[in-house]
Amino acid sequence: MSIIQKAMQTVIRLMPDAASDPMIGADREIGKSLSRIDGPLKVTGQARFAAEVPLERLTYATLVHSTIARGRIATIDVAEAEAAPGVVLVMTYKNAPRMPPPLQMMVDAKGAAASSLPVMQDATIHWNGEPVAVVVAETQEQADYAATLVHVTYDVEQAATSFDHLKHKARTPASILGEPANITVGKAEAALGKAKFSIDQRYRTPHQNHAAIELHAATVLWEGNKLTVHDTTQMVNLTRSTLAAVFRIPEDNVHVLSPFVGGGFGNKGLWSHQILAAAAARLIDRPVRIVLSRAGVFRITGGRTLTEQRVALGADDDGPLTALIHTGFAGMTEHNDCPEQFTFPARHLYAAKSFLIDQKVIDLDMVANTFMRAPSESIGTFALESAIDELAEAMNVDPIALRRRIEPEKDPTSGLAFSSRNIVEAYRRGAERFGWDRRNAVPRSQRDGDWLIGYGVATATYPYYRMPGGAARIRLGVDGRAIVQMASHEMGMGTATTQAMHAAERLGLPVGNVTFEYGDTDLPPGTIAGGSSQTASIIAAVTAAADVLAADLIKLAGNDSPLAGLKPADVAMRDGGLCERDNPQKSESYVSILQRAGRDEISAEAAASMPLETQKYSMHSYGAQFCELRVNEVTGETRVTRWLGSFDTGRIVNPKTAASQFRGGIIMGLGLALMEDTVFDERTGRIMNPSLAEYHVPVHLDVPDIDVIWTDVSDPHSPMGVHGIGEIGITGVGAAVANAVYNATGKRIRDLPITLDKLM
Amino acid sequence: MIAFDYTRPASASEAIAIAAKQAHAKYLGGGTNLIDLMRETIEEPTALVDVSTLSNTIDVRDDRILIGAGVKNTAVAAHRAIRERYPMLARAILAGASAQIRNMASVGGNILQRTRCTYFYDDAAHCNKRWPGTGCDARDGFNRNHAILGASPACVATHPSDMCVALAALDATVHLRGVDGDRTMKLIDLHRLPGGRPDIETELRQGELITAVELPSLPSAARSTYRKVRDRSSYAFALVSVAAALDVDDAGHIRDVRLALGGIAHKPWRAFAAEAALRGTPATQPNFRDAAEIELKDAAGLRDNTFKIELAKRTIVATLSELNGRDRS
Repeated sequence: MSIIQKAMQTVIRLMPDAASDPMIGADREIGKSLSRIDGPLKVTGQARFAAEVPLERLTYATLVHSTIARGRIATIDVAEAEAAPGVVLVMTYKNAPRMPPPLQMMVDAKGAAASSLPVMQDATIHWNGEPVAVVVAETQEQADYAATLVHVTYDVEQAATSFDHLKHKARTPASILGEPANITVGKAEAALGKAKFSIDQRYRTPHQNHAAIELHAATVLWEGNKLTVHDTTQMVNLTRSTLAAVFRIPEDNVHVLSPFVGGGFGNKGLWSHQILAAAAARLIDRPVRIVLSRAGVFRITGGRTLTEQRVALGADDDGPLTALIHTGFAGMTEHNDCPEQFTFPARHLYAAKSFLIDQKVIDLDMVANTFMRAPSESIGTFALESAIDELAEAMNVDPIALRRRIEPEKDPTSGLAFSSRNIVEAYRRGAERFGWDRRNAVPRSQRDGDWLIGYGVATATYPYYRMPGGAARIRLGVDGRAIVQMASHEMGMGTATTQAMHAAERLGLPVGNVTFEYGDTDLPPGTIAGGSSQTASIIAAVTAAADVLAADLIKLAGNDSPLAGLKPADVAMRDGGLCERDNPQKSESYVSILQRAGRDEISAEAAASMPLETQKYSMHSYGAQFCELRVNEVTGETRVTRWLGSFDTGRIVNPKTAASQFRGGIIMGLGLALMEDTVFDERTGRIMNPSLAEYHVPVHLDVPDIDVIWTDVSDPHSPMGVHGIGEIGITGVGAAVANAVYNATGKRIRDLPITLDKLM
Repeated sequence: MIAFDYTRPASASEAIAIAAKQAHAKYLGGGTNLIDLMRETIEEPTALVDVSTLSNTIDVRDDRILIGAGVKNTAVAAHRAIRERYPMLARAILAGASAQIRNMASVGGNILQRTRCTYFYDDAAHCNKRWPGTGCDARDGFNRNHAILGASPACVATHPSDMCVALAALDATVHLRGVDGDRTMKLIDLHRLPGGRPDIETELRQGELITAVELPSLPSAARSTYRKVRDRSSYAFALVSVAAALDVDDAGHIRDVRLALGGIAHKPWRAFAAEAALRGTPATQPNFRDAAEIELKDAAGLRDNTFKIELAKRTIVATLSELNGRDRS
């Protein structure tokens, strides 16, 4: 952090609180279960995804991937491919347009690319699977076939592929998402040595890949110097700015549309395929569609990288922890900046007298890893919450009771006050509903035939983020209907629905009278759909726009209105119009105001306030994950039989879509715990299971009944009291499973996934 | 994909005649494996002879059941006579793939499906099965799903079928038709161990077509089952699977036993040694374990799959114990 940033932060923290959102607690629309507005479009096949956009003269692209991890292309023979039926273009580094490296996400404010490597600009190979050629043909089948006819030879160089062998070369990254890589409070190692109770363990987590149903796809069209990209992305605006920079054209010349995303989980950003498709389209002056194969998704888009984490905890008979140590290594590359923030939970969850937090990265020659749902709180909580369970056992106390005992009063490393933290209540309600009191702490004490039964619990947590830079527009019509616009994203989580609900509540309209438009860079700029930030970010922008709209409507109403003389601060938006806040009888409907003014519509646009609340408070979401499972004593097979997630994530806007999002996160967590494992062959740096037949995610039969409950306590410092909830569902799941496995079998598995061979 | 001819002949004889005229013809059943292999350019036939509409009946007699090679896997598993007389077969089929794949997959195609070794599928890997003489990257690579019995230095791949494990246990016979006429062969003799030529996977002659599978009468198979151990609850290949039938007399002695293993070898593995050791002995867990030890005595583990040796033994014991109707503990 720079000195200026540090000074800014200090000033912000000393500033008085911004007033809480006056709409917190409004419940005319918010809090009601509403089915997805886009549901009928999806189930009837009318929702048009990026790979389905029809265009005249469309061509189809297929990638050829490198088969070595490091070195140079010695020869690349494209003659046979070029001669194949239907082939329009074979592009390699030799004939690709000259393009500067893409702007990198998190490094450049306008960057969307996970990797800063130049795309197909020279013969250098950086990872096994890197695109070495693009074949464009009249049909997808022709392109796929011709791609097999591109013949490449390589000068192979020694690649860095072994995490274990390269640990000695680990480096400390400049920061972990803007936070320090190292935090030292007191002398944790010494305190650990003196503690009455202590545990000190190492945990390992493997490479994993996002497995969205929808393959990455882009349909790309150039018209002169204007570029249109139908994409599937969590970041339309950053994609626009990065493509503009890569093709050296003004941002206004790039139009990115992404009305539907068939699952993102952090992976639907800007990878090389959109750039390559646009480059090829420019060369042939025809539109190009690129749809990655499933193997292609594994080869050119990164997932979660592997980690080795040490967690050591010290405690005495009472009081806070005496030592909390969470350190470790994550694999990364030299061309990205995603160090896997696995120590973030340890920074704020528990009271401890001393802390040692340290993260290092090991540079590997692999596809750039990126954010994968609950990055990396998912795997960080696996280690930390397994360790808490191990400490509770060493102390012979119930793990929930231990967590209650070490519950901090303020953020233990930043010293900030918590904005809203009801984790103890989430545990209390969860334990009661789950029947935690039926758990026997002695392992192997419950059995049903060959099946050993276990209970496990772990804390879920994820930061509250709100991204700066978004703006919203509200167009209010004389028909009493509103269109709310912001270039944000619907990846299936319910954004279109919840934002229609929020806008309806905010504007005093029935939800049926509000349409939320998104996923198009022609709209006011949205922020990324990432870090569980989008819901609060949109709400803040819409709130700002609604304030402008109310002020404009008072002016428009003029002296002939019952509202005459009122100031914006005096009015509320209610019942389809404006009224005096303290005297609702004094009101006029929107329709009346617009009709009298002879207007078809009034439009207001405003940018969201800066997210200063995150500088002033320690803001996080929380939860308690409860797992019941069975382990077959003969075969080691694990079957999860019951799950409860009890969450504390601010106000819930739409219980129906929220429950679905929590459940989805938990199911993804079951995959993390039990099966997900990207097999990375260190001999070649090649991913060996790039298919959903071999890369296992849970099938229906692996998923038990999942009960979800929430405190629904509004955060007084967030817009509408909400927190985003996309990530938190997966956090804590790995540890809850591992802790239940221990309770069932007496075996601590500290190396994910928990496969049956580890339990035999 | 390479362009290919497609024909749908009206009879098996016509299919064979068409295939005989092509150097690289393949018979097409449900296509659930062959089409994948063509997409991966592992198979590059110049002609597909669609036999999916031929041999589509299940002929039930008192002394046998004849299943046409074109019958869909789902239809076999759902057939009342199969479920009553050979429950292990119905269970084995239902343990495989997904409902959608089983609806498409034919019996003949299931038998002839190829290994799912990931190195076999990767066009950047060395694989003696795909490119004879190039070596085997699986032997010292990721081999969790690979063979512990019957493997060779050239190949450690496994046969992926569940159905074939039950067919092996049931002494099924495969009916074949070729240019030289009809013949039959025991299913357990159809698939080969890899030896030095893992690219040659069966004893089928050039152009020969599987027309049917015959299940002989086996009253003891009415008390049979299939147990599949895998990394998730469905849609995963077996780490180890066991097809077993057990016939125990009133004195508790084993009159007959059928035992076959899946997921552990280049072919469905009939456990003859274990069967021989068990016949006539008391049906007890120690005897089941001894028989399992005998069957697995030559088993050899690789880097990632040594656990399968013990897993196979345990699964044999658990499956026989279940059939024996006794509580394991």
